[in-house]
Amino acid sequence: MIEVRGLTKRYGAEKAVDGISFDVEHGEILGFLGPNGAGKTTTMKVITCYLPPTEGSVLVDGLDVTRDALAVRRRIGYLPEHTPLYGEMTVFDYLTFVADVRGIPGPEIPRRIGVMAEVCGLGEVLAKRIETLSKGYRQRVGIAQAIIHDPPILILDEPTSGLDPNQIAEIRDLIRSLGKEKTVILSTHILSEVEASCDRVLIINRGRLVADGAPSELQAHAVGGQRIRFGVQAANGAVEEVLARWGRARILDRETDGDGSVLFDLLSETSDDLRPELFHLAVDQGWVLTELHHRQIDLEDVFRRLTTEAAPA
Amino acid sequence: MKTTWTLAKRELNAAFDSPTAYVVLIAFLLIVGWFFSNTLFLSNVASLRTVFDLAPLIFMFFVPAVTMATFAEERRAGTLELLLTMPVRDRHVILGKLMAVTMLLWSAIGLTVIYALTLAVLGDPDSGAVAGGYFGLMLLALSYGAIGIFASSLTRNQIVAFILGFAIIFTLFMMDKVTEFLPGSLAGILEYLSIDYHYRNLLRGVIDSRDVLYYLSVTLFAGLLTAYNLARRPE
Repeated sequence: MIEVRGLTKRYGAEKAVDGISFDVEHGEILGFLGPNGAGKTTTMKVITCYLPPTEGSVLVDGLDVTRDALAVRRRIGYLPEHTPLYGEMTVFDYLTFVADVRGIPGPEIPRRIGVMAEVCGLGEVLAKRIETLSKGYRQRVGIAQAIIHDPPILILDEPTSGLDPNQIAEIRDLIRSLGKEKTVILSTHILSEVEASCDRVLIINRGRLVADGAPSELQAHAVGGQRIRFGVQAANGAVEEVLARWGRARILDRETDGDGSVLFDLLSETSDDLRPELFHLAVDQGWVLTELHHRQIDLEDVFRRLTTEAAPA
Repeated sequence: MKTTWTLAKRELNAAFDSPTAYVVLIAFLLIVGWFFSNTLFLSNVASLRTVFDLAPLIFMFFVPAVTMATFAEERRAGTLELLLTMPVRDRHVILGKLMAVTMLLWSAIGLTVIYALTLAVLGDPDSGAVAGGYFGLMLLALSYGAIGIFASSLTRNQIVAFILGFAIIFTLFMMDKVTEFLPGSLAGILEYLSIDYHYRNLLRGVIDSRDVLYYLSVTLFAGLLTAYNLARRPE
């Protein structure tokens, strides 16, 4: 659906985006994650045909953003950061204007606006001027203008920034329901947002792609494997040697518990589940198993690690 | 074409939904009316000549005031990005704005027809000069408008846009006023570049294609500069 190949965008001497490549499949909800200034917005601006790429190419449905800009724009609904809207217009007039520019035939427009009012919950505010609306409603108007022409692709730049928790929940629900039939790309620097709404996450830092995968995969992969908490009561006390001989996981930390059990933090380099093996190992050695579970590494750890390292591994 | 009209319509609605358009129209009518009645009642001359003579100066302030918001405000608010990611070409956006500005200015000019009609009732004005004057004024408004829009595309700040627009128009207006200090060949070029020189030609009631062409070229050139500037996608 969207193919980004070696995309580089330079502002003067500064590279805002540096050789990014990725694909977005039909029906995916993709989260762009990264600190401010990482290149998320710039990448979106290239996909929406606002900025031309310096190098590389972006194809939307096989159409090039530089050569077939108008055709690409017709397939995309876009909501830029900070939700720019014409404040002096009423919601109804504004949506009529957007529908008109988008080429929706005149008699069809009121019906489309009716649908938008229902989907985005704008029924009560259609006659109000946009500048008098709350931020939550403005955001809904922004989403309504992005989907009024029923585009297959929806691109939202920080759709929940500046909203209160209730409004955030509402917008997330809206995005999730839209994501059932559309391809959605959204950017954010809030981690819980990605976990809540995205099928897949791209982490961008300093213009480079540092991670790509499902939120759960990233938690496992990006730190280089899994962390397992393993605790046993062993009569012979040679647990460490046995684990070293077993060799599937590295011992990160070892502590002794008051009840005579030894607790290990194990780090494995693979993503296979090692718990069954550890269990059998304990049984074979005649150890009493007191603890065996995955240590949850949250996305926050992953994000911080990936975006603070100068040269990510 | 349809897109251009949709965009122009939005601009016009925005102007007429806010006090902007009314302030512009009324202020223009008042200023022109004052000069008109001065000539009529104090000098007892049934002529629009004073009005036409002063119009390029009045427009010098007026037109940048009308155009200053066109691109500067859209850049400041970020709506330009939304507009330029819809299926429209940059030139549609520029043309739409120019169309809206020109229609507003031409309606201001149109309202002064009441003064012309008053004259026709009270006296016997030179209808050729009046027609030429109106024609010149309309072309003047068009090219001033294009320059003002270009100035507005250069900045996010409306005040800066106003001053830039005024400065460019003022420079073009003054071109033929400095020719005394220059050698003949250069003076000729400057004269040809002057907005006022061509306007005075039209005021004589003689419509020369070179004068018309001049205004259309200025409009086109300002439009191209705006397009060039927009293509850079200024923040």
